[in-house]
Amino acid sequence: MNSTLNELYQEVILDHNRKPRNFREIAEPTASSEGFNPLCGDQLHLYVKMNDIGIIEDVSFVGSGCAISKASASMLTTAVKGKTVAEARLMFDEFHRLVMGELNPDGENHLGRLKVFAGVSEFPARVKCASLAWHTLSGALDGVDRVSTE
Amino acid sequence: MATVSNQVDTAATTAATKIDSERIRADFPVLETVVNGNRLVYLDSAATSHKPMAVVDRLARFMSHENATVRRGVHYLSERATFAHDQARSKVAAFIGAGDPRQVIFTRGTTDSINLVAAGFERSILKPGDEVLITHMEHHANIVPWQMACERSGAKLVVAPITEAGELDLEALEAEMSERTRIVAVTHVSNALGTINPVKAIIEMAHARGIPVLVDGAQAVPHMKVDVGDLGCDFYAFSGHKMLGPTGIGVLFGTTEWLERLPPYQGGGDMILSVTFEKTVYNVIPHKFEAGTPAIAEAIGLGAAIDYMNAIGLDAISAHEHDLLEYATAQLGAIEGVRLIGTAREKAAVVSFTVEGIHPHDIGTILDQDGIAIRVGHHCAQPVMQFYGVPATARASFAVYNTRAEVDALVTGVQKCIEVFR
Ligand SMILES: Cc1ncc(COP(=O)(O)O)c(C=O)c1O
Repeated sequence: MNSTLNELYQEVILDHNRKPRNFREIAEPTASSEGFNPLCGDQLHLYVKMNDIGIIEDVSFVGSGCAISKASASMLTTAVKGKTVAEARLMFDEFHRLVMGELNPDGENHLGRLKVFAGVSEFPARVKCASLAWHTLSGALDGVDRVSTE
Repeated sequence: MATVSNQVDTAATTAATKIDSERIRADFPVLETVVNGNRLVYLDSAATSHKPMAVVDRLARFMSHENATVRRGVHYLSERATFAHDQARSKVAAFIGAGDPRQVIFTRGTTDSINLVAAGFERSILKPGDEVLITHMEHHANIVPWQMACERSGAKLVVAPITEAGELDLEALEAEMSERTRIVAVTHVSNALGTINPVKAIIEMAHARGIPVLVDGAQAVPHMKVDVGDLGCDFYAFSGHKMLGPTGIGVLFGTTEWLERLPPYQGGGDMILSVTFEKTVYNVIPHKFEAGTPAIAEAIGLGAAIDYMNAIGLDAISAHEHDLLEYATAQLGAIEGVRLIGTAREKAAVVSFTVEGIHPHDIGTILDQDGIAIRVGHHCAQPVMQFYGVPATARASFAVYNTRAEVDALVTGVQKCIEVFR
């Protein structure tokens, strides 16, 4: 495998693709949204449960997609759980700049393990796969029940 | 990379040797593209084919030396352009066995051709309670226009089923033909599955009940000899860009009777004989359906693509592609974890597949690293994906310029995907 492919398909990503975390529905979500990537047919449903003081208590997803979109959704759920809405939005902003190649992963940021997606910036066609779950989360938080990457 | 030529000497491989791959590939400079340090392996011709220099040169010559509009001027250039445009129409007619060039309507492509017919049916034929019969393997271009026509007219869209192999169930199809069926719209070759449908038999079935048939030939005309007279279809639609020609040009063949009967599609210049504010008299066919300045260079370019295909020979093209299809089917089918989607007995040059545990999109990216271009996704045939319970497939499709060595590259690439995801 060449090194750019190695950068994209890191072991962490392959692991989350094989065993997605929080891959389930939430019975009574505070917010939820459905995200579509019409280009490749990826589709996911994201659920959020907030507590009284605006902290994301639980977040989960179901759906189908490529390894990048599935791992991204899985890692999103582990990253934003326990965070405030404002913190989640900040992460989305940084994540988006990361996969666009506009953010230095080694600089100061709040991405933590999400930095493994830096390799996506070498694959412009895959940016939408990586960001689908984040757009969907943002839609859920804004009360939009349907989000498309087109 | 080794090619496997010591296989059984079937008719297909014998005929395939008639194709001089080296010489043909030299006509397509785009095939020399280097992607990530590898020579491009283009296996996405079902999406759009490449164009030989003969077509590129013809387009350039028209635009650089012959450019003028058609049927609107008396000057020298305009007459020459009109002549070349008419000649392209005649070439298309001869190519598909249409008895009369006036039965050939130039459109923007298959999608436009089908919309033309669907809009005409909506305005002049379809009534509440009528039915339009399509099949489960149609491209969105042969679903959505009918759905829209049905929605507006109160007619009902009826869908005939397919089998696990990806074939039409002819008995079930026939059972869906009723006295309320106003048209049957069916694909000649499925772009997602490769299935070649027995359209002649379907047309006979429908005609026995007085039902007209539209055939979507987008994936057939590029790969096999099509004779609309022999098929007996009422409408036949296809695109230039999938048959070595330019984008922006397509064809609708219609019988004279139907084209006379259907109302115009769009209004404007060229489609009229006379206009007053009280009344417009529509032009005769084919012009009735060609409002506005047409895609002139593109139509002439399509004529050049037909000349190019004729020079190679449709039989030789079919045989060569069939050889690649059989070879790819055997090679890919032998890989553990590969599932072929679409295993009809009669197939054209399309191999759709999935690999266990790997999303087609990831396959597309990994292959692209080696310069191998395939299509991944739903292929504008989401109902087909739903039928097989997959969100998407990977699809390799072949044209006359492809080789067995390229199939080998694909197979190596798929094995590499399995390695990455192991
Ligand atoms: C079977 C079939 N029908 C219709 C179309 C639509 O053709 P176009 O996009 O050229 O209008 C395609 C092309 O993707 C096709 O494969």
